[in-house]
Amino acid sequence: MRTTRIAILLTLSVFVGMAAAAEQAQILQIEGSTTVGPIVAAFSEKFMQMHPEVAITVKKTGSGDGAAALIDGRCDIAMMSRFMKPDEFEKAVKNGVFPVAHAIANDGVCVVVHPSNPIKELTSKQMRDIYTGKITNWNQLGGPDMKIVPITRDTSSGTYETFNEKVMEKEKMAGHVEYVNSNPQAAARVKSTQAAIGYVGLGFLDSNVKALKIDGIMPSKQTIAKGTYPVSRPLFLFTNGYPELGSIVHEFCTFYLTETGQEIINSKGFVPLTNY
Amino acid sequence: MINSNTTNFSPNKAAAFTRPLFLTPTEDLKGYVSGHLGRLILFAITCFSVLAVLLIFGFVAREAIPFITKQGIGELLTSTRWFPEAEGSSAEYGGLALIVGSLYVTVGALVLSVPLALLAAVFLSDIAPFKVQQVCKPIIEILAAIPSVAYGFFAVIVLAPWMQKHWNFTTGTNALNSSLILAVMAMPTIVSVAQDSISVVGREIREASYSLGATRTETMTKVVIPAAHSGIIAGIILGMMRAVGETMVVWMASGNASQIPHPWWDLSQSIRTMTATIAGELGETPKDTNHYYVLFAVGLLLLIFTFSLNLTSEYFLARFRKRKGTA
Repeated sequence: MRTTRIAILLTLSVFVGMAAAAEQAQILQIEGSTTVGPIVAAFSEKFMQMHPEVAITVKKTGSGDGAAALIDGRCDIAMMSRFMKPDEFEKAVKNGVFPVAHAIANDGVCVVVHPSNPIKELTSKQMRDIYTGKITNWNQLGGPDMKIVPITRDTSSGTYETFNEKVMEKEKMAGHVEYVNSNPQAAARVKSTQAAIGYVGLGFLDSNVKALKIDGIMPSKQTIAKGTYPVSRPLFLFTNGYPELGSIVHEFCTFYLTETGQEIINSKGFVPLTNY
Repeated sequence: MINSNTTNFSPNKAAAFTRPLFLTPTEDLKGYVSGHLGRLILFAITCFSVLAVLLIFGFVAREAIPFITKQGIGELLTSTRWFPEAEGSSAEYGGLALIVGSLYVTVGALVLSVPLALLAAVFLSDIAPFKVQQVCKPIIEILAAIPSVAYGFFAVIVLAPWMQKHWNFTTGTNALNSSLILAVMAMPTIVSVAQDSISVVGREIREASYSLGATRTETMTKVVIPAAHSGIIAGIILGMMRAVGETMVVWMASGNASQIPHPWWDLSQSIRTMTATIAGELGETPKDTNHYYVLFAVGLLLLIFTFSLNLTSEYFLARFRKRKGTA
């Protein structure tokens, strides 16, 4: 009985100590896109090494979720792989939040299929027809006789928004299109389903899936940086107003300009904005 | 010696003997107050649980009312086109595919899990030796403790490619996949409760049946299971509630295609449930937009769906009870 009492007191004091330590640390909340997520997670690791008193939490739930969190004041930085929509901006201003965009890298939305699929390229119009349900079988495009399984990201995703704007031209997708909720999950579905077609950010292309040429152009760092690949987009960090010079938020938002930042962006498979 | 046994009648002692033992409030204020206070506290705690259910219903209904008054509930119940995030007037709020999806997944899970669970319960309570029962019961209950996201992971990474390869499905994340996983999740609950209620049926009933010449099968199917029917149905209801409310598994394993499968019996097509829609979309919608309200309307539909399933089961239970004449 005596030993259990001592053990309980010890664990309680450890918790109190942790709580006290956490209160002293500065907390930076970052929420948003699963595309920008890996970059920001790597940034925050480096950052916490350089500034040990700062604790950074990164939540990857989708660009839409990040915008909503910034509007409600639940996070300091929202990472988004698309620009804020007009109604999000209006909501923000109504709540007293003035969103400022910082573009930190370039990204391309790559269309991927299973490695066994013989198709090598598609036009934007063919992509649109696949996702609106006009083309339903791979043999209509010169491939094997299998029903196409189109896979899309859920609507809170910036990758979805970019695809919606640039490829779908805002047309509504067909009923049989499947929804997944993150980039890795989309890649996993395409990897395991022979008749699947989906889209992921450039950083998630690996040897398990095959990228297609869109309108004759292959997605790569050069074509995205030049803007010739049709479905390329900048990745943003949004803050409430321009962060104060010298504050932690400002240092984080300008980290992409440093040598370390650009190395990280390059290593994650994205395209740095500067001439790295 | 004889004197101590004879009753030396004293009126005081007699009165004390015949006085009621229950003390009046004036005599024992502390006892009275503590007794009634205890009852009041327990009553308040019970009220709290009832209140919680009513408040949940009220909160969801309050947030759903703006959508119902503005757009009306007709489109939500009859159209299958679900595009709430489209801009302005081109947004469509057709929830029929979601409702049908939830129905497919629940009915599928029940059809797959109830026979297996009942047979397992019968085996564990009557046919298996006690040692087998001692080992099997905890293992089955561990199945109930596995987090649902682990099941969802298994469904997407292992079960979906397996289905595509061996059963030649176009897509492995479909209604059948979710029904299978939900059946596995609902089974431990049903087995546990059904087995307990079958064990509780006393030896006398079984022995009476055997003494009349019934075989083991006849005893089991015509005597014991009907005697334990209220517990079995309670177990089935619990399992069904688990299947209806499950979110993570269907979000990952059902494919989330907002459609009603084309020949209605084709379970290899992707479907979407109400729970997955709410979980997937509520995070991104800013407060007080149409999208936000319609998601709460879908939540209200889900609550009504659950309660009506519950009421239907209670109705059948009462009817069966009345017909059989047992309490």
